Amino acid sequence: MSGPAVRPAPAGHVPTVVTGVGVAAPNGLGTEEYWRNVLEGRSGITEMTRFDASGYPFKLAGQITGFVAEDHLPARLLPQTDVSTRLALATADWALADAAVEPGDGENYDMGVITSNATGGFEFTHREFHKLWDQGPSYVSVYESFAWFYAVNTGQISIRNGLRGPGAALVGEQAGGLDALGHACRTVREGTGLVISGGVDSALDPWGYLSQFAGGLVSAESDPRRAYLPFDAAAGGYVPGEGGAVLVVESAEAAERRGAPRIYGEIAGYAAAFDPPPGSDRPPALRHTAEQAIARAGLRPGDIDVVFADAAGVPRLDLAEAQAISGLFGPGAVPVTAPKALTGRLYAGGGPLDVVTALLSIRDGVIPPTAHTSDVPGSYGIDLVVGEPRALPVSTALVVARGRHGFNAAVVVRAWTN
Amino acid sequence: MSALSIDDLRRVLVECAGEAEGAEFDGDGRTFEELGYDSLALIETAARLKQRYGIDLDDGDVMAAETPAALLSLANAAARS
Repeated sequence: MSGPAVRPAPAGHVPTVVTGVGVAAPNGLGTEEYWRNVLEGRSGITEMTRFDASGYPFKLAGQITGFVAEDHLPARLLPQTDVSTRLALATADWALADAAVEPGDGENYDMGVITSNATGGFEFTHREFHKLWDQGPSYVSVYESFAWFYAVNTGQISIRNGLRGPGAALVGEQAGGLDALGHACRTVREGTGLVISGGVDSALDPWGYLSQFAGGLVSAESDPRRAYLPFDAAAGGYVPGEGGAVLVVESAEAAERRGAPRIYGEIAGYAAAFDPPPGSDRPPALRHTAEQAIARAGLRPGDIDVVFADAAGVPRLDLAEAQAISGLFGPGAVPVTAPKALTGRLYAGGGPLDVVTALLSIRDGVIPPTAHTSDVPGSYGIDLVVGEPRALPVSTALVVARGRHGFNAAVVVRAWTN
Repeated sequence: MSALSIDDLRRVLVECAGEAEGAEFDGDGRTFEELGYDSLALIETAARLKQRYGIDLDDGDVMAAETPAALLSLANAAARS
């Protein structure tokens, strides 16, 4: 192996497990609805309906429809929250309920919140900007002071549930959601009993939607079934989506002590690394990141049953990822999949949603396919799961995520056996 | 203009910061804190009172008003002056 040495699993390892999950995705609200739709290949990518996008050069988005904030949140929270925070609060509620955790008295220092966010409260801010220019500064909502902010999901989840343990917000573009989970595990290992973690993003208002095209990687294709084709020879960019996932992370000991109703699996390894600058002759950091995460789980590449890919949907990025995977595991040696083809890219929500999907793959022994992709270049050297779900016992999965300008993160989850 | 009523104030508060938690307020002795309205809710409400009714209140005075009734008399006193 070339490159820096791989760090082994830490001594005195405290296993960290997932005991509850909540999902808000364009193709499903709630974990089981999402999972069913993933296995049945139902896409959440449609033409933009939230506003009139007729003047835009791009038309598609992975929109969450059917989420009525008033049904999930107290009226007091509505004037002060962006759509992304409303989704995060509801998703956190579902994760806590799934884990049968009732935070209780509002003085709980043994439970923390660590989330990631990449785009902030765009829709809220867009509205306030409108007021600023139309009516004047005194018309701007005082809640703009925090509703736009990357840390607001962590703060609001903490306040709503009285979770007064360690709180943090990580910003790592589209890799940040995995960084949040990694930091949640670290926080649990340092002694906090339970951490709510994950990521939720939304930027599908007229301004947020437009801003996503500045990167030049969004697909101009208007057919929802052809617009986001990860690893396909015809890949031409991605579709932006909204949503994400929230997970309850605990030490295995704490989960067992309180009699947690279920353990989805262990977050066994995490690593992050940054790419070299453009023009460098050093390779991208993705392979190194994956190697580190696997090693910190105490595993070898051959132990991994499936890879949930970053799946940029941009040929040069797909090629780089395929080379990292085939280089690390051997050509075609491990099944690779990208369920996000059905949701679009969810920014900080993408990694946590993939981790939930990987845990469900472990639970049900099935790998969901990469919808719509059909023609994977042989030169990629990867075994991409396409067409139908692949029934296969899964005990260990690698989830990778990349963010623009060099972020890489990887998480290894495995079946929990005590 | 005629004096601001408790219902006018309530309407503005709800518009700015959502419904009160638990019971509705009706001008009884319940404090903003008990009703779930924090200082930001009050600052937002004061900004709206100025826009809608031309009532100009000092932020410090607004924060010192502990109950809707106190804020109402503050607002009506300012409107008269």
